[in-house]
Amino acid sequence: MIAFARDFKKAAARVTADLKQRAFIQRALGGYEATRDTTRRKFQNWSEARQAASEIKWEAVNRLDKYLQEFIAKLEARGTRVFVAADAGQARDYILRVAKENGVRSIIKSKSMTTEEIHLNDALEKEGHSVFESDLGEYIVQLRHEAPYHFVFPAMHLTREQISDLFQKELGSEPTNDPEALTMIARRVMRQKYVEADMGISGANFAVAETGMISITENEGNARLTCALPKIHVALLGIEKVLPRLEDLALFLPMLATMGTGQALTCYNTLYSGPRQPGEVDGPEQFHVVLLDNRRTELLADSEQRDALHCIRCGACLNVCPIFKNIGGHSYGTTYQGPIGSVITPHLRDLQNWKHLSSASSLCGACTETCPVGIDLHHHLLQNRHNAMREKPHWWEKFLYTGFVFLMCRPGLYRVAGKLGAIFFPLHKFVNGTPLDPLQNWTRTREFPSPARESFTDFWRKKKLNGEGNHGAH
Amino acid sequence: MKVSLFIPCFVDRFYPHVGVSIVKVLERLGCEVEYPEGQTCCGQPAFNSGYWDEARSVAEHSLDVFAGSDVIVSASGSCGAMMKVFYPELFKETTRHFDALKMAAKIYEFSDFLVSKLGVRDVGARFDGTVTFHDGCHGLRELGIESQPRELLKHVKGLTLIEMKEAKTCCGFGGAFAVKFPTISTAMGEVKCASLLETGADCVVSNDSSCLMQIQGMLQRQGKPTRCLHLAEILART
Amino acid sequence: MAPTDQREAVFARIREALRQPAPHRHADHADHGQEDSPVVDVPLPDSNAFRAWLPAVGASLEDQIVLFAQNAAQLKADFRTVTSVEEAGRQLAALARENNWKRIATHRHHFASGLDDKLGLPCLSTDIGYATTDLEQCDAAITGCDALVAQTGSVLVTNPGAGGRALSVLPPHHIVIARRSQVVPDLASALQLVRKLYAPNWPSFLSFITGPSRTGDIERILVLGAHGPKKLTIFLLP
Repeated sequence: MIAFARDFKKAAARVTADLKQRAFIQRALGGYEATRDTTRRKFQNWSEARQAASEIKWEAVNRLDKYLQEFIAKLEARGTRVFVAADAGQARDYILRVAKENGVRSIIKSKSMTTEEIHLNDALEKEGHSVFESDLGEYIVQLRHEAPYHFVFPAMHLTREQISDLFQKELGSEPTNDPEALTMIARRVMRQKYVEADMGISGANFAVAETGMISITENEGNARLTCALPKIHVALLGIEKVLPRLEDLALFLPMLATMGTGQALTCYNTLYSGPRQPGEVDGPEQFHVVLLDNRRTELLADSEQRDALHCIRCGACLNVCPIFKNIGGHSYGTTYQGPIGSVITPHLRDLQNWKHLSSASSLCGACTETCPVGIDLHHHLLQNRHNAMREKPHWWEKFLYTGFVFLMCRPGLYRVAGKLGAIFFPLHKFVNGTPLDPLQNWTRTREFPSPARESFTDFWRKKKLNGEGNHGAH
Repeated sequence: MKVSLFIPCFVDRFYPHVGVSIVKVLERLGCEVEYPEGQTCCGQPAFNSGYWDEARSVAEHSLDVFAGSDVIVSASGSCGAMMKVFYPELFKETTRHFDALKMAAKIYEFSDFLVSKLGVRDVGARFDGTVTFHDGCHGLRELGIESQPRELLKHVKGLTLIEMKEAKTCCGFGGAFAVKFPTISTAMGEVKCASLLETGADCVVSNDSSCLMQIQGMLQRQGKPTRCLHLAEILART
Repeated sequence: MAPTDQREAVFARIREALRQPAPHRHADHADHGQEDSPVVDVPLPDSNAFRAWLPAVGASLEDQIVLFAQNAAQLKADFRTVTSVEEAGRQLAALARENNWKRIATHRHHFASGLDDKLGLPCLSTDIGYATTDLEQCDAAITGCDALVAQTGSVLVTNPGAGGRALSVLPPHHIVIARRSQVVPDLASALQLVRKLYAPNWPSFLSFITGPSRTGDIERILVLGAHGPKKLTIFLLP
């Protein structure tokens, strides 16, 4: 088995066995659907809104070169430095160079999964810059040297006691059980960092092509501070974040909030169009926008799955996924978790090492049902399975399914095989529970049914023989 | 109306009484039921594992077996979805695409057939007891089966329907998923069982026997007495 | 080691990738529903269309103010309708006393000049440049705004309209002075207003503030005042 697949299974097994953690995740996400639905019901027509969002994103992604060009041109015309990075290494190197050239020592960051994707913090720290995550959840997992658990709720797996212990240990604060007190501890720490920071690094939720603006959505205000106080602002975003028009935000911002957290609108939605302009009283002297490919063009080239690039990273698919809710975010071992993560990771990394995430799904379709931009998520999981098999079939599975075809195309043989199975099934009780049990993956935790003495086909044949017609009743 | 039955492989061997019940109900409603004996499998196991050529070969056999049918009723939402939604995909750009579209147009999941095609909600059934309903995912999300089973259950004399909180949450069966990722599958089953037990219902009912295999398997291992019945078994009782 | 911009290479990859058309599930076909007929480019839905789908907003200004007030209450923002600048001044003085303000910050804003003078507190003005450490010490910030958005209960601030980027987010209490004429129905109209007021010299910063700062990062429990202001007070002048 591939190493990543093995790690995944081990991690998943660990979490599924941890009833406390599972109950905690269920509770954390338990209120989500009700809140989301209450907010969603306020829309006069959600399904039309969703359809429109899907069409607008289709336009943006399928005319990506046009909109990206417009976006870059508009930004550069007003003094922004735009760097297009083909891969993670180039993006890191550019940002490192900006930091070096400007003698940056202290860096403040707002939440950006793209910076996680390129492992930016490690690279910056290696070069001697100190990096502080200002988003509360990100700050918490940074202190714990952990990856974010969920790309919208990074610290959802932790109890207040764990956070209190963490702050005690890392910050020397007093222990407290009160979420507000804990938040204030982080607030006090961060205020100093904002004031001191030479450089602020942010992500972006959307890139408005028409006006050359990035849009950042947040609740805490840490991104606003990150992009206001330091004299250099660097924003990193994937090339697929493009929206064609400014007014598109009037649709996308409420939809992102509704699906992400069940809010009508997130607390701060901010647009940045450049560095401080003449006449403005504050703002960074330098504004850099780093646009990242990092294999997004691979996903773009897969016309069947291209719509996965429509994703607005709301996290709704994670919140409804029964797999996510039972194995938690860390089990995935990827930057992006849940259904969207399972769909795109094989493209952003590689198929053979990450196909197992597409198999670890019952294909229930809750993700596709909830996605606000109508991405066909669970069907993409099927497509990943197909592509993986086509590239590199498992010899024993191929053998199995060849046999399957042979049998299923021969009804007579199929019935005989069924009959034999029923006859020999009682032997199963001798191997049940032992390592020899071929059904052990089932029987370890569940009873397996016994075949009926008479199959439906047998019943039907008897029925016909007895000449029972429409009015027959047993 | 002449109705051809599609009885999934596991229903044929493990839950034949579900098929028997379907026949009973359909005949009670005046349908002429036929069962093309050449049928074997819809091909979903191969399809879900990514072996689409193999799935196509098996599916082609199904296309042939049901070529002469006017209307097909499937005992399972899962197989029904495979044939209605995925066969047209599977046969795209092949010579059998049109046949796949034809078959998709005439196939119905059992409860959908009764309510949408026959326009019947009261099948004259009687069942004394409390029941909670589990929505099979494929039926729910691929075929839009949600109100139909509930309408039918509501008209069963003596039956009280109690909704469980996690009615629409996947039970964790998912075909090969149940044995490829048994710990995750079991965890999902635990959530489903906890939710149905919370209702205190005598019986859990579903329109998909594969889900019932998972739920029943777990309840029995837990030593719980809650009965697991297919919708057809309830509707067949008078 | 200096990385060179890769836009040519990336754009080449994009164009290459886009040579394969993606299924356009939402395109209209020249011959409706017929998959073979040529795809017609349907214009993208615009903000006029969005209005019909997003939450309803009353047509009259009064309705919109009522809606804004409802939203503000739900967001725990303190929304006050006053009849004059003097009344706003009195209420501000009361707030200063209640919250024990020692120093405040503001900027030159068009229709409430002098409000800050009357408080008799040391006042930092961002218009003339400021040190971040000084702004950080201020207990409250009084700013104007560009619009109040009824649909969402949001305050639209821009660099020119609210004294810069930091004034409305660094001090722990943000006071907004707005006029009735600044109330707009929804986000789309607010964006259109920005366009009207500023294009093509867009402010480098504009923000929709929807309530005081908040977080749910600790056990999903709502806490106000995470990093931005813990308190948001909005005065609506005639």
